[in-house]
Amino acid sequence: MKFEQRKDLLGLKDLSREEIELILNTAVPMKDIIKRDIKKVPTLRGKALVTVFYENSTRTRTSFEIAGKYLSADTVNLAVSTSSVQKGESLRDTIKTIEMMGFDLMVIRHSMSGTPHYVARNTTMRVINAGDGANEHPTQALLDLYSIREVKGTLEGLTVVILGDILHSRVARSNIYGLSKFGCEVRVVGPSTLMPPGVENLGVKSFFSLDAALEGADVVNVLRIQRERQQAGLFPSLDEYSNLYMLRPEHLLRAKDDVLVLHPGPMNRGVEISSELADSSRAVINEQVSNGVAVRMALLFLMMGGAKDEITR
Amino acid sequence: MKLLVKGGRVIDPVNGLDDILDVLVEEGRIARIESNIPAQGAEEVDARGKIVCPGFIDIHVHLREPGFEYKEDITTGSRAAVVGGFTTICCMPNTDPVIDNAAVAGFVRERARKTDLLQVLPIGSITKKQAGEELSEMAELAAAGCVAVSDDGRPVMKTDIMRNGMDYARMFALPVLSHCEDWNLSGNGQMHEGFYSTLYGLKGIPAAAEEVMVARDIILAGLTGSRLHICHLSTRGALELVRRAKAEGIAVTCEVTPHHLTLTDEIVGDYDTDTKVNPPLRSAEDVAALQEALAEGVIDCIATDHAPHHRESKDCEYNLAASGISGLETAVAVVMDRLVHPGILPLEKMIHLFTAGPAEVLGLENGTLSPGSIADITILDPEEVRQVEPERFYSRGRNTPFKGMELKGWPWMTIVKGQIKACAGRIL
Repeated sequence: MKFEQRKDLLGLKDLSREEIELILNTAVPMKDIIKRDIKKVPTLRGKALVTVFYENSTRTRTSFEIAGKYLSADTVNLAVSTSSVQKGESLRDTIKTIEMMGFDLMVIRHSMSGTPHYVARNTTMRVINAGDGANEHPTQALLDLYSIREVKGTLEGLTVVILGDILHSRVARSNIYGLSKFGCEVRVVGPSTLMPPGVENLGVKSFFSLDAALEGADVVNVLRIQRERQQAGLFPSLDEYSNLYMLRPEHLLRAKDDVLVLHPGPMNRGVEISSELADSSRAVINEQVSNGVAVRMALLFLMMGGAKDEITR
Repeated sequence: MKLLVKGGRVIDPVNGLDDILDVLVEEGRIARIESNIPAQGAEEVDARGKIVCPGFIDIHVHLREPGFEYKEDITTGSRAAVVGGFTTICCMPNTDPVIDNAAVAGFVRERARKTDLLQVLPIGSITKKQAGEELSEMAELAAAGCVAVSDDGRPVMKTDIMRNGMDYARMFALPVLSHCEDWNLSGNGQMHEGFYSTLYGLKGIPAAAEEVMVARDIILAGLTGSRLHICHLSTRGALELVRRAKAEGIAVTCEVTPHHLTLTDEIVGDYDTDTKVNPPLRSAEDVAALQEALAEGVIDCIATDHAPHHRESKDCEYNLAASGISGLETAVAVVMDRLVHPGILPLEKMIHLFTAGPAEVLGLENGTLSPGSIADITILDPEEVRQVEPERFYSRGRNTPFKGMELKGWPWMTIVKGQIKACAGRIL
């Protein structure tokens, strides 16, 4: 399937390598725009997008908003906590209401897996999944792929370690689906209670030992650990978690010399990643944020049909 | 009033009958089953090319009345049942109020009597309000016509209460129908825990949530000597526990649903809430084990767990959707199409699982065509091909993952106490 034929972007599970490459390649000139003094291009003038976030977010929501604005689309953020959702309106009715205002594209985040799929089935708007439960976070994975490719030059054949709470992580899943399509060796590492059942059937290698997982790695993607998981009885304490899984500079001795460290943010410094490492030259955590804007610009451009010459000009 | 069902293939597993025969019904009872019975004024039903069976029994139905009439009521549920080929159904007590006293049981029976479509037998609750704390007044429930007790929809989590409930039910020869689910393990799970829950990012319900309770209840059945029936058994491990318990002589029976016999967790992938059911659709390995066990005889009956829901309860986020499948109008066709026609389940065995099987579980007299017995007859058209169209259901619940599927082999006529109640998908 060609990406242009898709109505929605719900996950990387169903995208082909070619489609992902198209998005990443389109993001390259977008990143140049961000660096310009005058950042606005008229490409999506007259188009409207709405972000609807049923879960808290700072970077993803802001990133979509500014991506739309750089492309001259009108962007509106629906603050769910103050909307009629609080009055008990059904999701279907909320979606229809938004659709009738004339938006071309909706960006949705929801704590429940599959909700963007439900929304996409019930609206003529294009839908981008900005994270659904523990299912997928495709734009995060796309920006991760972009960030890796930007430094390494290619994704082909890299060994990528995903570290932390794999069970609840949509970032992990989308990364697994995306990286696998480029022939990467994907390793997941974390405590047994945070490892999803049958994860190896996704084509990854799973580890409990951080040292073993890092052997010869090109990239380490560190996931955020949430305190609620400890309270739910999935591991004994944050201290023990940190002792076992906090990524520190000395761990990287086992990885390749040019190993790259990613983190989707927001970071718990001193819990899943040492502060020293987070601020080191190995980490591209800040660059990931810029790349996130570029990748989202690329997606909005591809999905809302901007004129190509205005980007490359 | 006489009825003559002519020229059908009569299959009555209890009497070892499988031949082209006529069935004569007089005064609402089976009078004779022979070849070439002369009509002599009897109303004739041409059953050539059809399969004539004892009336089908579904011991696991949610009729929703009283309390949830927007999902279903006793009339709409009864219509769905007779169109689906059933002549007896047993309704679960998770209504509002709960069937935990004679008044509610009496109300259900009275409503069913007025509806006058088929036999509706209420099941009382094990505990008051199905709260899992205090035993229901089972003597009263038995006297009011309840044929079993169950807290279906909710497990009795407290092991001592379950023990006492089973022990107490024994006095009235009431089987205990157990919804086996350890809430501590199932939690907020949305689908079967396994590869597909990982792939779809939904919280899983492990097979162990069912199996630890099946094990617990089997042990309690051994302890108390009461009759235990496992509702909607869905995992290979649970099956193995029942198999072993039966071999040890423990009085345990079990049912499986058409959806657990034919659908796997893989289909949850597009987040269609009609695939959400409790227990969840299981793995392909579980489904294969259930199918094997059908022919082997470990499984005592097929039951629908008919769980109609209102559209709004399903037209929403997957996590928020109600669990359940509206099953009465598709059960027979699903089993015929997916299990009988492909040769997985012999036709005679299938009929047993819908007739004498469930009758034995609850000690009902129905389920045979023996001369003198009540003339409840289900006639199947094994060749009819039809699409599942939920919008044409008699049930208020249109929630079915079988929607749009073309199935071969449907109930054709349903006769209750000698009266034709449904024919060719319509209520008469």
